[in-house]
Amino acid sequence: MAKASASGNGKSNKAPAPSAASENPDSEENFALRTLQESLDKQKRFEASQEQLMHFYEQMLLIRRFEEKAGQLYGLGLIGGFCHLYIGQEAVAIGLQSALDNDRDSVITGYRDHGHMLAYGIDPKVIMAELTGRAAGISKGKGGSMHMFSTEHKFYGGHGIVGAQVSLGGGLAFAHKYNEDGGLCLAYFGDGAANQGQVYETMNMAALWNLPIVFVVENNQYAMGTAVKRSSAETEFYRRGTAFRIPGMEVNGMDVLEVRQAAEIAFAHVREGNGPVLMECNTYRYRGHSMSDPAKYRTREEVQDQREHNDPIERMKKLLAENGVAEDKLKEIDKGIRATVSEAADFAESSPEPEPGELYTDVLVGEY
Amino acid sequence: MPIELKMPALSPTMEEGTLAKWMVKEGDTVSAGDVLAEIETDKATMEFESIDEGTVGKILVAEGTEEVKVGTVIAILAAEGEDASDIEAPSGDASADDASAASDEVEDVPGEGKDVGREGNPLDIDKPAAKPRADDPEIPAGTNMVKLTVREALRDAMAEEMRLDDRIFVMGEEVAEYQGAYKVTQGLLDEFGPKRVIDTPITEYGFAGIGTGAAMGGLRPVVEFMTFNFAMQAIDHIINSAAKTNYMSGGQMRCPVVFRGPNGAASRVGAQHSQNYGPWYASVPGLIVIAPYDASDAKGLLKAAIRSDDPVVFLENELVYGQNFEVAQLDDHVLPIGKARIMREGSDVTIVSYSIAVGVALEAAKELAEQGIDAEVIDLRTLRPLDTETILESLAKTNRVVIAEEGWPTCSIASEVVAVCMEQGFDNLDAPVLRVCNEDVPLPYAANLEKLALIDKDRVVAACKKVTYSE
Ligand SMILES: Cc1ncc(C[n+]2csc(CCOP(=O)(O)OP(=O)(O)O)c2C)c(N)n1
Ligand SMILES: [Mg+2]
Repeated sequence: MAKASASGNGKSNKAPAPSAASENPDSEENFALRTLQESLDKQKRFEASQEQLMHFYEQMLLIRRFEEKAGQLYGLGLIGGFCHLYIGQEAVAIGLQSALDNDRDSVITGYRDHGHMLAYGIDPKVIMAELTGRAAGISKGKGGSMHMFSTEHKFYGGHGIVGAQVSLGGGLAFAHKYNEDGGLCLAYFGDGAANQGQVYETMNMAALWNLPIVFVVENNQYAMGTAVKRSSAETEFYRRGTAFRIPGMEVNGMDVLEVRQAAEIAFAHVREGNGPVLMECNTYRYRGHSMSDPAKYRTREEVQDQREHNDPIERMKKLLAENGVAEDKLKEIDKGIRATVSEAADFAESSPEPEPGELYTDVLVGEY
Repeated sequence: MPIELKMPALSPTMEEGTLAKWMVKEGDTVSAGDVLAEIETDKATMEFESIDEGTVGKILVAEGTEEVKVGTVIAILAAEGEDASDIEAPSGDASADDASAASDEVEDVPGEGKDVGREGNPLDIDKPAAKPRADDPEIPAGTNMVKLTVREALRDAMAEEMRLDDRIFVMGEEVAEYQGAYKVTQGLLDEFGPKRVIDTPITEYGFAGIGTGAAMGGLRPVVEFMTFNFAMQAIDHIINSAAKTNYMSGGQMRCPVVFRGPNGAASRVGAQHSQNYGPWYASVPGLIVIAPYDASDAKGLLKAAIRSDDPVVFLENELVYGQNFEVAQLDDHVLPIGKARIMREGSDVTIVSYSIAVGVALEAAKELAEQGIDAEVIDLRTLRPLDTETILESLAKTNRVVIAEEGWPTCSIASEVVAVCMEQGFDNLDAPVLRVCNEDVPLPYAANLEKLALIDKDRVVAACKKVTYSE
């Protein structure tokens, strides 16, 4: 046989597949599950330039206003089916994705995907038009809110099956490694998804094969109506990679600067060839699970408390004001974003539905 | 500008609801997130939150009102700097405007699947016409024929394709160092190394997902399942992720993955290890499903499967792996997907079959010939898309069809072929189409019972005699 395993004891942590290049010594001393957390604890917040701060603020606000508008359009019956809003969680996508190298990195997430797309700067019009099921939508109106993709941006969806995106993300990371393109995959999933078996199957293989992947648990405290405490024996999700020797990080997902700082640390670790990282971003969704959720499983006070004390956008707004940005300037930004979102909504309402013939296209690529 | 608050749709199916309770009164200032009212839908009582800041101007629908249509203006909010007391209620009754009001004038409402501004019969939609399927390429005269087992043919197909395209890799349980649980990947690790021939842990759902994701990321994975029985743990990725994503993305997402492995009953391994999944996968749009019988087809179709830009389920059969067949020694033996093969020409009855049952059908045809019945045997080879043309042409010639399938009869490929014959070949039928399948029971272990449960030559012969009225 041409290749035997790296060591004959059957206990070697890093098998040679898919690339024999992994030089990570697997001694216990080097295996420090907390090292990334320690780096983060040393410096919690990203030192952003004024320009970056403004940009984070604008992007988060765009998501907020977009989602509010989507909620309204849903209320008008213009958006159908399931529509999961990202309101409250904006700092997670912006903090993480602002640190990506978009020329090579890929992103994958679940059905709560509008924010992740907007974070790429994808035109809100084509996203909103997908929500209303129009031909101009990013999936030609055939995917809907839960199924949106932009391969141009290396954004691979938009998946409706809870947890599926994690193993698909493992595959994207596998491709990065196989192609030696230097990219990494950022795979988001929820606290509910974190209980799916395939998540751990993937963590095992990702660690075994040293794949460049950052697993991000967006812990918004609930999976539909089930609070984390009622579903999870270990509620500290960042610890759940321990069994696979994956270092964990616990991050305040309501602070874009902390998320960004964590992203810097995690991405550097992965890019250096050290294999996966598991990051838990603690966050909160203000709205119901989807638009049809009466939200009886939590108190209004709990939601109001999060809004008043932890809101990522208010936090950034305050910081900008402290840095001397005039109130007027911030108002102007908000106005501009509202206009963009209104335009997107108008477009999404007025552009035509797909041609009937679209029913039959895109089922298969080849002709047989 | 004052903001109109409209009766919201609070579930995918809500058309009207009860305005149970106002939580604000005229003159109240509200900010984003404040609850304005409680609304009862058929399913639940929901809180209606404010999105904007402002002052409640007029309340137009009193609490307790039932059957309030979605879209009806229920209150007016004065925005910052406006005087709430100045606000006029919209003229006329407070009926729905915009989208909902439009439903009075136009029947079609965008987003309701009714089709705005377009008339015509849904049956007129230009459905893409099925392209005539290519025949197998001619084998040039004088081509050397070699005897190969199906196992070797499959291995050669993978090796040849891997030599041509670096993006192809093979993954699965025991495929590398052990050389394959059924030795189909024999020698691949030696030639291509551990980067491209990868042993996975026993984790079907996970590695099917990784394979599918890698295909989405631009690679061309061949994912081996030790047997397809175990792929039930992975079927979610095969169907929900691999088959549907191209469609859901409006054609952006490619997924050129091949899922392959032995399928159907093996020998004496009991019910959990013995099932034919052909009908399961063949029912799913977005998948290609191939189930070859002999070595030549196994090789030519696996090569085609690997080259396909679509996800392919490639169903092999353990009991056939070791059988020898002639294979043309060609540089590039690739066969068309979606084309059935006439294994034996005949004029009295058509036996439609695939995979291991083709062997049974051929044996039956031989016996029938001895009794003066000339059977035509068709190997479907591809189960999706199904080559209905070849079936119907044969039916037009023999006027009788029997389907031989190693699998359960209910909702089977046989059932599908029956439907095709009824819908499109009825006028040519001289007898009912019969299904010869396994017995409708989990496969038993005991040798005698197993034999009783599985399709065999005698049952196919009996069915052919029945439809030819020769008994
Ligand atoms: C496999 C599967 N099971 C159940 C569902 C229905 N479902 C959709 S979202 C959801 C809750 C998921 O919660 P979480 O992972 O915390 O993500 P969040 O919605 O909070 O972002 C459930 C049960 C599904 N889509 N897929
Ligand atoms: Mg959650």
